[in-house]
Amino acid sequence: MILVWLIVILLVAGVLAGISGRVSTLWPRVISLVAVGLDFVISLVLWAQNSSYIKLFPQSDWFKQVDWAWVPQYGIHFHLAMDGLSLLMVVLTFLLGIMSVLVSWKEIQEGVGFFHFNLMWILAGILGVFLAVDLFLFYFMWELMLIPMFFLIAIWGHERRIYAAVKFFIFTQLSGLLMLIAILTLYFIHHSTTGVYTFEYRDLLGTALTPHMAMLLMLGFFVAFAVKLPMFPFHPWLPDAHTEAPTAGSVILAGLLLKTGAYGMLRFVVPLFPGAAHEFAPVAMVLGVIGIIYGAVLAFGQTDLKRLVAYTSVSHLGFALVGIFAWNELALEGVLIVLIAHGISTGALFMLVGGLQERTHTREMDRLQGLWATVPVMSGVVMFFAMASIGLPGLGDFVGEFLTLLGAYRVSLGVTIAAVIGILISTLYSLKVIQRAFHGANTHEWSLPDLGKRELLMMIPMMLILLWIGLYPQPLFRTFRPAMRKLQRYAAPQPVVTMAPGVRQLSYRRYGAPGINGSEP
Amino acid sequence: MNGTDLIAILPLIVLTVTAVVVMLAVCIRRSHLVAVWLTLVGLAAAFVSLWPASSVAPTQVTPLLVIDGYALFYMGLIIAATFVTVILSYGYLENQAGYREELYVLILTAALGSSVLVASNHFVSFFLGLEVLSVALYAMSAYLCNRKLPLEAGIKYLVLAAVSAAFLLFGMALIYAQLGTLQFGQIAAMLISGVSYDKTLIYPGLALMITGIGFKLGVVPFHMWTPDVYEGAPAPVTAFVATVSKGGMVALLLRYFYETGAYRLHKVFLVFSIIAIASMIAGNLLALLQNNVKRILAYSSIAHLGYILVAFLAGGSRAAEAVTFYLVAYFVTTLGAFGVVSVLSNGERDADSIEDYEGLFWRRPVLAGIFTLMLLSLAGIPLTAGFVGKFFLVAAGISASLWGLIFVLIVSSVIGLFYYLRILVALYKSPAETGKTVPTAVPSLSRSGSYALAGLTVLLVWIGVYPAPFLQAIQHAVLTLRIF
Repeated sequence: MILVWLIVILLVAGVLAGISGRVSTLWPRVISLVAVGLDFVISLVLWAQNSSYIKLFPQSDWFKQVDWAWVPQYGIHFHLAMDGLSLLMVVLTFLLGIMSVLVSWKEIQEGVGFFHFNLMWILAGILGVFLAVDLFLFYFMWELMLIPMFFLIAIWGHERRIYAAVKFFIFTQLSGLLMLIAILTLYFIHHSTTGVYTFEYRDLLGTALTPHMAMLLMLGFFVAFAVKLPMFPFHPWLPDAHTEAPTAGSVILAGLLLKTGAYGMLRFVVPLFPGAAHEFAPVAMVLGVIGIIYGAVLAFGQTDLKRLVAYTSVSHLGFALVGIFAWNELALEGVLIVLIAHGISTGALFMLVGGLQERTHTREMDRLQGLWATVPVMSGVVMFFAMASIGLPGLGDFVGEFLTLLGAYRVSLGVTIAAVIGILISTLYSLKVIQRAFHGANTHEWSLPDLGKRELLMMIPMMLILLWIGLYPQPLFRTFRPAMRKLQRYAAPQPVVTMAPGVRQLSYRRYGAPGINGSEP
Repeated sequence: MNGTDLIAILPLIVLTVTAVVVMLAVCIRRSHLVAVWLTLVGLAAAFVSLWPASSVAPTQVTPLLVIDGYALFYMGLIIAATFVTVILSYGYLENQAGYREELYVLILTAALGSSVLVASNHFVSFFLGLEVLSVALYAMSAYLCNRKLPLEAGIKYLVLAAVSAAFLLFGMALIYAQLGTLQFGQIAAMLISGVSYDKTLIYPGLALMITGIGFKLGVVPFHMWTPDVYEGAPAPVTAFVATVSKGGMVALLLRYFYETGAYRLHKVFLVFSIIAIASMIAGNLLALLQNNVKRILAYSSIAHLGYILVAFLAGGSRAAEAVTFYLVAYFVTTLGAFGVVSVLSNGERDADSIEDYEGLFWRRPVLAGIFTLMLLSLAGIPLTAGFVGKFFLVAAGISASLWGLIFVLIVSSVIGLFYYLRILVALYKSPAETGKTVPTAVPSLSRSGSYALAGLTVLLVWIGVYPAPFLQAIQHAVLTLRIF
């Protein structure tokens, strides 16, 4: 039930914020902040409560779930469930949610109520994606987050916002529809072999598929997630959407929306179609490496600060793709850290660039120079996050990329070498930002206010969290490991079974009787 | 004909009586309000009379009409949609000069025609229902006869509908000449039984009938009238054409082709596939070129009928369910969209250019919100009825492995997003961009129209979020369809 509340709080807060926006501009901000803050606290409590549980019962599937019949005629359930992986994603969602409310405090002055309505509903959709284990519900949530995001970019964005918003929407919608076809096909195949209509994730695992069909369905899911991730060559929406979005939009896009793609691959692509995923892994890993290098090279070529940060996402998420398809313990743990650390460090960079734009009204690096003299604190903070992005040891991103590379090394040496070259280029673009924008003489004679209290309040926790992940990531691993083992178990090579009923019995034996796992502790 | 039969066709009788009563009332005393109230009460009574009728269903009333759960469900849908249309018309006509009351007689007559259509399983009642519907629609489209566009729309519709009716009749005649029966059930028996008979006249007959039906549905290549009539007709009438007229025809399409088993004929399947693909692609592509909201919605309706045909071709009770569900969602959405257009229209012209909608959100946030939901429903985005409807359509198509059609559906609906998004973007343009200042006091909307829109919005979200009860009713209704 608590999982439903997490979503309902956001939805209600969104509506309240929208209504109160007609009275004042302060109320929507306060309502949103309180709602996301409340959710954040709840998620932390859940984490604290269940950290012991995770240790005690590493075999169980979910430690919190809600399962209601929704459209029984089609076997559709409103089924939300949480395991270590979704828990960490949910915590990240709320953390960045708070940041995006705070960062909009000054930036958004027009249509404040509707802005916060959209913000809350995007977060609710993302939350739904991380929690849904009924494929219909998952698709529902997947689509739900698009529309408010579209509005966020199209109404409060920068110069080319309409173009960017429409491009974003079309890319994700088309790929989402391909996933819908794959979901429905899987649903009907499952029905034809077992006689049961269901969208339930656990039941659909291990559906008997011919290798050819498994590959097609896997690609249907894969494309939807690859567009979000974004994977080369499906990334063209990303630089535009990130650059044109308001700061809060960029933070959510980079910090959370991209993560839904990686999450989908972890949760659905590999476990549902282990054979096809294994066969496809070399292609995916090569595409991931291309993304790493290509994103980094393009980032180096940008003069627009925000666009530069946007391209770094293509590069960083390439590591996630490589790690997911390497599919061993080291790589998966690396992927988790990459996702979280990238969400925080890139989110922070977008917030800083947004702050710079607020002060200077430009994002062009050529027009900024020698800012260190006038905003020393801000420059220091940018430096910190730029170093995190390079992968400086001691900060979160390093742990993630290092583990991913270790995991990938076991699978393919070539891929690992190429990925390391990508890291090298990331050094170039990060240093370029520091050198061009902050070092040197203040030739344009900028005289700007340094980071204010509100901005420091946002930056300091994010810096601390990155340090914490970089120095002691153990708690994250502890939470994630049972979930990861479970996913690996799902994706373990299936013994060949020819009789259809046998598949079902086998799956019960492997995952335990439904009564034991299905009950809420 | 006995007492039970009379109870069974009670809804039709109530509709007929209401039309006559309203006509007489207009003769005695001209009052817009009285005419509207009489119409609404009559429609409500017709809706209530569905229950006594359902207690005797299923039953065959004379060889012409079959009153079963399916027919009654669609009658309920038609009556409900007519109810909303009447409410919208009231607010709309209040701003117009000239006689207003006769429109309600015409609306009731058209609803009667459509109700006969959904209950017919005989060529004669099929044709009678169709003509009653069409003749009323000619007059309705041209109702505002002091304006140019409605007149054009009326005459265009009259000419084309008359020609298509001739095609339909000729088709029926050919099939009758070959099989010697006008009853759907008997046609099915002859088509299925495998008794060797000469097929030379069957296919031409079916082709001509498909022409007539296709015209009424407004699918490519019989769609030419759609944009002009949608643009020209008064907004509430357009809503009526898009829902009651097309919906009745879809119901008949399902019954005719499913109960006769003709959809199983390979050539019929092929023809409908081509029509569906052409409608989806042409509808969505042509809508991109329009600047008039009513025309955009017209082309979008062509595309939506194409989507419906995809599920229709899947065949079977699941497909009938999906089509009916989609139609319910489409009714709600279309009435809502044209409802917004009609409450914004004034005495001189309909609010149909995109400029009328620019920055609407900053002037009338609630109305813009409703229009947004309707457009999102047309685009098939979650939380709206359109999403669930489209989901069932795609599910029906995939369950029958219609890969090609599903692929076209997906691609063309993505193309369709462009023009829905275009209207959305216009709705939310900031006042600074449009150059229109936000007025401190906006003229209030017609109250009746606002109620109707509020009701439709609630229904839209309800179907979109919790479709199970609706689906159950539909499954129940479709069960009575005898599918071969």
